[in-house]
Amino acid sequence: MTFSVFYDALMLGFEYSLLAVGVYITFRILDMADLTVDGSFGFGMACSAVAAVAGHPYLGLVLGAVAGAAAGCVSGLLITKARINPLLAGIITMTGLYSVNIYVLGAPNVSLLNATRVFDPLYTALGGADGSLTLDGVKMAFVVVLVCVVVALLSAYFKTEAGLAVRAVGDNEAMSRASSINTNLVKVGGLALGNALVGLTGALLAQYQGFADLASGTGMVMVGLASVIIGEVFGGHRSVTWGLSCAVAGSVVYRLIIQLALAVNLLDSNALKLVSAVIVAVFMALPAVRSAMASGASKRAAKNAMERLLAADAQALTGNAADPAPSSADSRKGE
Amino acid sequence: MATQANEPQMQAPTQGARVSRQAPMLEVRALEKTFNPGTPTAHKALAGVDLQLAPGEFACIVGSNGAGKSTLFNAIAGAVFPDAGLIKLGGRNVTFDPDYQRSRTLSRVFQDPLMGTAPHLTVAENVSLALGRSTRGASLRRAMRKEKRDLIASRLETLGFGLEDRMDVPVGTLSGGQRQAVTLLMATIGNPELLLLDEHTAALDPAATERILELTDRIVAEQNVATLMITHDLKDALAHGDRTLVMHDGRIVADVWGPERDAMDVDGLLELFRTSAGSELADDKVLLKA
Repeated sequence: MTFSVFYDALMLGFEYSLLAVGVYITFRILDMADLTVDGSFGFGMACSAVAAVAGHPYLGLVLGAVAGAAAGCVSGLLITKARINPLLAGIITMTGLYSVNIYVLGAPNVSLLNATRVFDPLYTALGGADGSLTLDGVKMAFVVVLVCVVVALLSAYFKTEAGLAVRAVGDNEAMSRASSINTNLVKVGGLALGNALVGLTGALLAQYQGFADLASGTGMVMVGLASVIIGEVFGGHRSVTWGLSCAVAGSVVYRLIIQLALAVNLLDSNALKLVSAVIVAVFMALPAVRSAMASGASKRAAKNAMERLLAADAQALTGNAADPAPSSADSRKGE
Repeated sequence: MATQANEPQMQAPTQGARVSRQAPMLEVRALEKTFNPGTPTAHKALAGVDLQLAPGEFACIVGSNGAGKSTLFNAIAGAVFPDAGLIKLGGRNVTFDPDYQRSRTLSRVFQDPLMGTAPHLTVAENVSLALGRSTRGASLRRAMRKEKRDLIASRLETLGFGLEDRMDVPVGTLSGGQRQAVTLLMATIGNPELLLLDEHTAALDPAATERILELTDRIVAEQNVATLMITHDLKDALAHGDRTLVMHDGRIVADVWGPERDAMDVDGLLELFRTSAGSELADDKVLLKA
C-alpha cells in the first residue's frame, strides 16, 4: 500500500464527484430516489466519446450534460404528466436509454486512444511537452477546477429565489403549490439538472479514462448514493452548500474505501458492486442503529430507575414490618 | 330567523338576502361536485353552492362532517375542479385555473400546522417564499437580501411570537402555534384577495388557539382581506368575523349577519341549524361542540 492508493482515490473521487452532486440534488433536495442515473451516465459517456472521436472534445462535455438533462426531463415528464411512480419512471428511462446508448456508441466500447481529449490541448498549451508537467497532473487540475466551479455555481443558485423554490418543493409540496410555485416544472427542472451533472460525469470519465463502454453506467445510482450518504455520515445535515461539499468529500472517501479494499487484496475488482451495495446499506442503516442504541440505553436507564424505586418500596415495606414507627403520611394525618 | 337560502333551484346570484353594494371579491355560483360518480360510493359533496363575499368581509362556515366545507375550499383554491358552476375571484373567472396560479391572489391555511410551512427551511426562507409568490416566476436574485430580511423581521415582529429573533432556525423546530403564526403571516404577506382558513386552530391547544384567532382578527382587519373560516366551534363562528354560514349536504342552508347575528348565541345557532337543515341534524353524527 503506497501513496499512489490515496492519489488514485483522490483523482477518481473528484472525477465521480459531480455524479454525487447530481444525486444529492435529486435525492436530498428534491427528495426523489431517481434511478435514471444509470442510463444518463452512459448516455453522457456515449455522446462525449462520439464527439471526441469526431474531433470535438469540449463539445463532447457539453453534449454529455445536455444528454443527461434530456434523460432527466423524460423521467420528470413520466413522473409529473404521466403520474408514474418516481422509482418506476427512473427504471423506464434507464432501460430505454440502454438501447439509445448502443445506437449512439455504435459498438460495445469505443476507444479514444487516437482522439484529442479535453486535457490534451491544455497539456500542450501549458507547456507539458518540456516535461515540467505530467498529463495526470493536468487531468487532475482540470477536474478539480471544474468540480469547484460547478459546486460554487450550484451553491449560489440554491441561495437565489429560484433555488429556494426548488428546495421548498422537496420539503413541502403542498406549501410550494400554495406559494404559487409550479411544482411539476420544478421537479422536471430539478431532475434535468441532477442528470445533467450525471451525464457530465460520464462525459468526463470517457475522456479521462480514454474509452467509453456500454456497461459503465450500471450501478452508478449506488455509487452516487454511497457518496452522498458517506458525506452525510461525516458532515451531517446543514446548509445546502455544506451538503454539496460533503457529497464531493463523500465521493473521495468512497473511492478511498474501495481502493483500500482492493489494495490489501481483500477482494478482487469483481466484488466492486457488492462492496458499494454493502457500503450503501450499512451507512443508510446507521441512523436506525444509532437511535436503536440510544433508545436501548435510555430504556436500560429507565429500567434501573424503576428497579431502584421497587427496591426502595421493598425496603420500606420490610422496614415498616420490623419497626412500626409512624410514617410521614401517618404523622401528617395525626396533626 | 332562518334565511330562504336553501331552495336548490333558486336563481343565482341572489344567495340569501345579502346583497352587497360592492362588487364581490369572491363569487361562487351553482357549484356542484360529485365524488366517484356512477359508483355505489358516489357522494355529492357540493350540491349547488351560491356564495358572494365582499372585499374585507369575514365569514365563518360551520357544518357537520361531510357537509362539503372542505370540498368548497378545495374548489375555490383549485385543488379539485367542480362538475358544474362558476368561481370568480376579484372579478376574474378562475373556475379551471390551476391551483398554483390561483395562489397568487388566494391564500389558504390548513388545520395541520405541518402543511403550511417547509420544515427544513428556516423561518426567514419560508416567509421569503411567500413574499415571492405574487410575482410570476422566481428570480435569480439572492433570496436573503438585507432589505428583504429586514422586511421579514419587521413583519415577524408584528406577530408577537418573538420569531424575529429566531429567523434562521428551521421551521420544523417551532411549536404548532408558532408554525401556524408563521403560516398566517405567509398567507397574508402578499396582500391576497381571499384568505381561506380551514379549521386553522383545530390542532392547537386552547391558549395557542386564542392567540392565533386574535392574530387572525387583527390581520384580517388590518389588511381588509376577504376571509372564509371553517370552524367546528360555534362560539368562534359567532364571535369572529361579520357573517356566519351554515353548510349541510353540500349546500349553504343558512346565512346570518348584522343585528340578527349580533343577537344570536350558540343555542340560537344550533336552533337555526335544526330548522334550516331538517331533522337529520338531530342525530349524533353531527360533531358540533356548543
